[in-house]
Amino acid sequence: MTNAIKRGVSLYSYQNETFQGKMTLEDCIRTSAELGAYGIEIIGEQSFWGWPEVGVADADIANWHRLIAQYGCTPVSHDFMLDYKRYKGREMPFAEQVASVRNDIDFGARLGMKFIRALVSIAPEVLVAAAPYAEEKGIRILIEVHAPLHFDHPWIIRHAEAFEKSGSDALGFLPDMGMFLFAFPGVWKEKFMRIGVPKNIADYIEQAYADRVLSEYVILNVQEMGGTGPAIAMAETLRHNAAFEPKRMLDYMPRIHNIHGKFYEMTPEYVEPSIPYDEIVRVLQKGGYQGYICSEYEGNRWIEDAEEPDSVEQVRRQQVMLARLLGEAEVPALKTPLAA
Amino acid sequence: MMDNKMICPERFENVVEDGETIGFAFLGRLPYYRGLGLSMIEDIAVSVDGEAVARADVRFEVRGRRYRLDEMESVFDDRWNFGEKARIIVLRPGGLAQGPHAIDFAVRMRVSYLPFVPTAKDRKELLLAA
Repeated sequence: MTNAIKRGVSLYSYQNETFQGKMTLEDCIRTSAELGAYGIEIIGEQSFWGWPEVGVADADIANWHRLIAQYGCTPVSHDFMLDYKRYKGREMPFAEQVASVRNDIDFGARLGMKFIRALVSIAPEVLVAAAPYAEEKGIRILIEVHAPLHFDHPWIIRHAEAFEKSGSDALGFLPDMGMFLFAFPGVWKEKFMRIGVPKNIADYIEQAYADRVLSEYVILNVQEMGGTGPAIAMAETLRHNAAFEPKRMLDYMPRIHNIHGKFYEMTPEYVEPSIPYDEIVRVLQKGGYQGYICSEYEGNRWIEDAEEPDSVEQVRRQQVMLARLLGEAEVPALKTPLAA
Repeated sequence: MMDNKMICPERFENVVEDGETIGFAFLGRLPYYRGLGLSMIEDIAVSVDGEAVARADVRFEVRGRRYRLDEMESVFDDRWNFGEKARIIVLRPGGLAQGPHAIDFAVRMRVSYLPFVPTAKDRKELLLAA
């Protein structure tokens, strides 16, 4: 079994371009397909104006299906948000949260998705209550396990226990590879230095991260080095990020159905210096994973103050890396240049 | 994210209604990777040439629908979509003089999954054409 793992793209990756109207939905789908990343994941309300409060016209859904068919793609996941703080000063009641999830199940089904993604802050009881409807619609609800949470965190364990108790196969996990951050990302360090972190402090934090020093000690040390404002903020990123081990996914493989291929920077040598994709792919193959790894480029927000992100080039490089790691013979390449 | 893309350079203009200049307007975007229902926009703060505008004098307009900020807090059937250019209107009889003006634009948003309430800001110098 060489290549049960399939490549995809979350259109989140192209947000810098789509936000500015520089790429259309068709551009995003065609670009992904040309790279051999045929699995398409979206944040529903990013790709479809109006969702969820206003709704989406059938014509827009028909256009989606036309594009998916035209480029030989497969709809993978609709990432929903569930704004349980919609009302000022009070949380959305339980029954309404469940109804909201059902609404997103319907939307995922209209788009032909296999999965809908739940944010990690949503309570397990809400998802368990929505599971029978998901089963009915042929949709799985996947909770995104994302830093600072991880597979050994009690909140995630509570989800796992609730999923098992429910007996439903429609509940699962979508791990975000950013939780396996094994080096401090260079684009983060450079951004913090641009906003005023002295080089000696930035170097210290980077090294302390490599040495796996507890975040609270790093923060105190930065204070004692005279760090203020942005230097403290840089040290505090260690509270929310850590080098958890990819092999922790193995216990949960039967419920892992999609993967966010988070990355902050792909070098011209096709390396993501801060996330160990070679190890990640080994673990997923060992676990018998057969779903998609969907590119999720998030370096944009770290460089946009200094340069215009080139999301397509970043995604291309990650897809080349993934194809290599998956043992594919062909090197992914773009065929249609984007109009300037 | 996208903070530096909040204020759009085009269509910075005085607003004339029924023959009267009631204020000025510019186009603003929500600096976020998705949109938000209007009830979750907690505040929109505008300054012009360093002078803060009162909240009651700000209007928010998308697709021809105009809202007061207090009113937006209970709007559950309309959105500020991803990348959508909203028209931010400041009531100010007579509007602004033609020429360059420094605009500060800040949006405070209530995001369900965040353990804090972020405020995103942008500042640009815009040219009000004659």
